[in-house]
Amino acid sequence: MAVLHTVNKSPFERNALESCLKFAAGGAAVLLIEDGVYGVLRDTSAADKVQMALDSLQLYVLGPDLSARGFDEERIIPGVKVVDYAGFVDLATEHDKVQAWL
Amino acid sequence: MSEVVKKFCYLNRKAPYGTIYAWESLEVVLIGAAFDQDVTLVFVDDGVYQLTKAQDTTAVGMKNFSPTYRTLGDYEVKHIFVDRESLQARGLNADDLVQVAWEDWETGEERENIVEVVDAGRVTEIIEASDVVFSF
Repeated sequence: MAVLHTVNKSPFERNALESCLKFAAGGAAVLLIEDGVYGVLRDTSAADKVQMALDSLQLYVLGPDLSARGFDEERIIPGVKVVDYAGFVDLATEHDKVQAWL
Repeated sequence: MSEVVKKFCYLNRKAPYGTIYAWESLEVVLIGAAFDQDVTLVFVDDGVYQLTKAQDTTAVGMKNFSPTYRTLGDYEVKHIFVDRESLQARGLNADDLVQVAWEDWETGEERENIVEVVDAGRVTEIIEASDVVFSF
């Protein structure tokens, strides 16, 4: 049963992303939104864990939230896909359920 | 102008947009400018994200308040300090941050950019030297 996980907290302030990556089943999708988008930036202290997670999970980031915070695709870890709001909706409908890590 | 000038320090630790803290801090700084105090802003932890360049909130439909930081020199803010370790942990450096110019309209003294990246020890000194610390 494929799950879409969402994370909306900064990995430097909360452990929501860490827990999500720890408990998500292989093959699941993880979408980073709001302050969660900081988790997909390159060269951060959180980047190694996210990089490793790409081996077993599909990672997505919400583009509008990334732009709002002053970052673009060039600053994110390769392999993470950028989606817009329509892409968010697609992901939600393509998966059996959505689990939010608040 | 009031007779007693106090050292005000605004300590910012939250990223913008995800919560209201950054915006509220900025509002208080702007309002506080009317009181002619000695104002210093400090950005640590996720607070450093408040100063990133090129913020564009068009697609999220929120107010982009980042241009306001560049005008803080006109609102009695003399010093802006950013914690180096916080930047490094986030893969950022001074080039990723906005610049804030400052000018004393009485003496004509000018500084091109008052944003300074400093070590943790300096942040400690700044907080210790303040009369009042506002935490956001």
